[in-house]
Amino acid sequence: MPAVSKGDGMRGLAVFISDIRNCKSKEAEIKRINKELANIRSKFKGDKALDGYSKKKYVCKLLFIFLLGHDIDFGHMEAVNLLSSNRYTEKQIGYLFISVLVNSNSELIRLINNAIKNDLASRNPTFMGLALHCIANVGSREMAEAFAGEIPKILVAGDTMDSVKQSAALCLLRLYRTSPDLVPMGDWTSRVVHLLNDQHLGVVTAATSLITTLAQKNPEEFKTSVSLAVSRLSRIVTSASTDLQDYTYYFVPAPWLSVKLLRLLQCYPPPEDPAVRGRLTECLETILNKAQEPPKSKKVQHSNAKNAVLFEAISLIIHHDSEPNLLVRACNQLGQFLQHRETNLRYLALESMCTLASSEFSHEAVKTHIETVINALKTERDVSVRQRAVDLLYAMCDRSNAQQIVAEMLNYLETADYSIREEIVLKVAILAEKYAVDYTWYVDTILNLIRIAGDYVSEEVWYRVIQIVINRDDVQGYAAKTVFEALQAPACHENLVKVGGYILGEFGNLIAGDPRSSPLIQFNLLHSKFHLCSVPTRALLLSTYIKFVNLFPEIKTTIQDVLRSDSQLKNADVELQQRAVEYLRLSTIASTDILATVLEEMPPFPERESSILAKLKKKKGPGTVTDLEEIKKERSSDMNGSAEPASVNASAVSTPSPSADLLGLGAAPLTNSAPPPSSSGSLLVDVFSDSASAVAPLAPGSDDNFASPDLASSEVVSEEPADTVHDADELFHKFVCKNNGVLFENQLLQIGLKSEFRQNLGRMFIFYGNKTSTQFLNFTPTVICSDDLQPSLNLQTKPVDPTVDGGAQVQQVVNIECVSDFMEAPILNIQFRYGGTFQNLSVKLPITLNKFFQPTEMSSQDFFQRWKQLSNPKQEVQNIFKAKHPMDAEITKAKIIGFGSALLEEVDPNPANFVGAGIIHTKTTQIGCLLRLEPNLQAQMYRLTLRTSKEAVSQRLCELLSEQF
Amino acid sequence: GRRFLISEIHFILLFSRQGKLRLQKWYTTLPDKEKKKIVREIVQIILARHQKTSSFVDWKDLKLVYKRYASLYFCCAIEDQDNELLTLEVVHRYVELLDRYFGNVCELDIIFNFEKAYFILDEFIIGGEVQDTSKRSAVKAIEDSDMLQETVEEYMNKPAF
Repeated sequence: MPAVSKGDGMRGLAVFISDIRNCKSKEAEIKRINKELANIRSKFKGDKALDGYSKKKYVCKLLFIFLLGHDIDFGHMEAVNLLSSNRYTEKQIGYLFISVLVNSNSELIRLINNAIKNDLASRNPTFMGLALHCIANVGSREMAEAFAGEIPKILVAGDTMDSVKQSAALCLLRLYRTSPDLVPMGDWTSRVVHLLNDQHLGVVTAATSLITTLAQKNPEEFKTSVSLAVSRLSRIVTSASTDLQDYTYYFVPAPWLSVKLLRLLQCYPPPEDPAVRGRLTECLETILNKAQEPPKSKKVQHSNAKNAVLFEAISLIIHHDSEPNLLVRACNQLGQFLQHRETNLRYLALESMCTLASSEFSHEAVKTHIETVINALKTERDVSVRQRAVDLLYAMCDRSNAQQIVAEMLNYLETADYSIREEIVLKVAILAEKYAVDYTWYVDTILNLIRIAGDYVSEEVWYRVIQIVINRDDVQGYAAKTVFEALQAPACHENLVKVGGYILGEFGNLIAGDPRSSPLIQFNLLHSKFHLCSVPTRALLLSTYIKFVNLFPEIKTTIQDVLRSDSQLKNADVELQQRAVEYLRLSTIASTDILATVLEEMPPFPERESSILAKLKKKKGPGTVTDLEEIKKERSSDMNGSAEPASVNASAVSTPSPSADLLGLGAAPLTNSAPPPSSSGSLLVDVFSDSASAVAPLAPGSDDNFASPDLASSEVVSEEPADTVHDADELFHKFVCKNNGVLFENQLLQIGLKSEFRQNLGRMFIFYGNKTSTQFLNFTPTVICSDDLQPSLNLQTKPVDPTVDGGAQVQQVVNIECVSDFMEAPILNIQFRYGGTFQNLSVKLPITLNKFFQPTEMSSQDFFQRWKQLSNPKQEVQNIFKAKHPMDAEITKAKIIGFGSALLEEVDPNPANFVGAGIIHTKTTQIGCLLRLEPNLQAQMYRLTLRTSKEAVSQRLCELLSEQF
Repeated sequence: GRRFLISEIHFILLFSRQGKLRLQKWYTTLPDKEKKKIVREIVQIILARHQKTSSFVDWKDLKLVYKRYASLYFCCAIEDQDNELLTLEVVHRYVELLDRYFGNVCELDIIFNFEKAYFILDEFIIGGEVQDTSKRSAVKAIEDSDMLQETVEEYMNKPAF
């Protein structure tokens, strides 16, 4: 037992802890704990009133038991009693118990809040401190409701002690984080900003944290903090190391405050006032200069504190990205750290340089360190550091150094940790394609990738090499020769067999002139691998064989013999069997001309951005199974759907053809007479309850239309065409997460929608229903894209019959192609004559960016890795908002799925949160998207975070999804 | 949108080389079950790290910053963009505060006086943010409460249960 030293020692507690430590087994420990729990229970229930010391001791024992990992279901009331004790040590234990074991028992919360209230009013700084700590520790909604109004007053009151001010600032910060809506902004905010001038550095430190968080959400309100922060920072960095006394840490003046001030400045762009800006630049230069001075101490604490400030200054320099001088100096400084003997500094330098590499001012300076980084890749013993080196090489790569970097990454791949291999494969594949001048180099690189790390080469990677070879005549012969040589290896990776099979099937003829790679040799080489391969690869090889029948008529009979063998024709796998049967039949009955047409070389793939990039963004992505199933679906619909020879071409390949009709709408049971999904009667009610503004065209000048619940009065039909767009936002937003339903309805007309989307394409059926018994004449619906929208969204509509009979419905088809990401929605304008009056109305057509989502499944690890990669502030958009609907987890899930992303279960450590992932497909690019929705049931709030590689996309998706809850 | 509404430090764990948890302080609200799972996972990750590696480990969307003092590991989980080096010094300053209070602090002090270890941490960090970095202010509040020094006799006269 340790010597008891200070204060009011609890002997019984020490004995109990000793006993627990002496227990030889888990069972013995549980037995001892149960004995103690029984003892405490009987004391609490006993007739004899316990004195404060005993209460404190037993509550503390309960706390100890809880921290050992056992559940505690009593003692709360005794802890609450301790709160009103006048003895500090008893009060302190009471507050500790409450902080660790708070439960939402409302009766108890009321008592706790009461005790806190008394302590806050006590004017005793120690008691006030305890109460503020407790509020900050618990941070619940109830506490925010009770104290969010009071704490700002304590914070800015002139007579509050400094230590209490500090606690109050951080306590308020905690409440603002959990319940921002309950913290009222007001006069106090300007006074808080002026705490940056406070004499007491502890107060300034705490206030800076508070201001930084508040300024992130209310930048305008706290703008004046910038100049105050700069002057404070300036005073610190120019002070002598002893000026700040207790706030000097190992000869570094106020490192915590310096870092916090530099953080605060990162909430804002560079200061506009030239004087402030100049002063800040001086500060940053001083910090950079100090890094060059000899250390004032050999202790690691000195160098850590000094460099913590330096790295934060560099973050600010990168954030501003406006002073080329500073950026280059920062880069040189980091360059020195790259060779530092401290592993931590090397790690941080690599990490920080990654962001510098993306600035145009410092990209070249970063590149000069290439040899050091490559060396780090080879020699670092810590995998975290090597990972940073890979990231940095990728970030600094451009045309000038691509060959070297790719070669080094390939080199490293041979020995790389399994955990980061796939990421390196993707990075190599992307760099090789992006910077390929010579496509033979590209082909060599990818084949090397497969040779070195075949297991980590995903489908996107080998699909991509095939797309590129097919699209580039100049590399086809080389590719055929190279794969043929690679296939000679006795044990080659199955991915190589796939690429080899595909390329020889298309271009084997280009090397068939060489007797060493004659048709028969090519065929035998491929077929020698056949039986070792999985079903999908064998299916691909069968397609290669039928292609050989066309390319090399001289080996037709050999191939027919193979197809005819029992192992093919009677294969247990239905896909293989079907291919063998059909290909054998095709080779037997089709004429040479037909064969040549059916088995023609694949047409070039449309140029589009690499799907590998999307892959890197999403990392790993959908499991192979899902992929194969999708391919199969496509294939079988092709095979069953038509006997046309051309379909063999599409089905012969395992790559999803990007040009095929992906919608498969041909099969959709949509006809002209398809009725809208629900009866109009109930929908009318729906429309009423959701949005009065959706009801009727607006009469010009009648502003109060929106407020009018009276359908008849707002139904006044105007002679003049009104230009107003029916915002009908509620209805519009309903379509964000679903594709079918009623878009608009008034007493004359109902508009229903049915739509389908796949990748970057979509098709929308608009149904116009005449609800009256009178004909509509000159019925003209037009879909209008604004000038901004036009380049991004390609819409094609067919005109509809200008006459719509009473009670009849007409349909209009809109073909949709998403060219690039877009913000606005197109407008559907409808004009017609009804009973002699001209009608003109417009509604937003719900074609929104999220419609072009493809869901992506991924593991928790992948999700968070990817999440982190998108940590650039511009990639993240966040919204905190109040729930507009009941917070039901199942409905939320359905909405996220309806939104288009995959709903990822068991990814977020907090099971109450929802996370999703997907890829937005546009014609020009694919954008990986991650989302995270954090409900706060207590507060009835949500926090939604979107991270994508494109700011505008994050922004738009966040807007759209925020409206859904 | 950077770091909004998120504590500087998400949680702090103290555990022994044998993997026994000695102190846990959470600045984010999580269910108890989840906390236990996280503790298990992180203790495993850190104990498996070799010496002379960096003090930083990527973990989910956070970063773990850790350091060993004698038989005890101190580990903080921070935001990815937070200042790693300064977090190491938060840990060091906390160790200094413990040391100043206990005098040559060792693991046993923290086991037998766990409540004091919590009090000292609370004086130093509130809601995941450093409150006051001055050594003097942080220990003063605790020492105020310990003004009364009891004798060994007084202590031994207290009930042992």
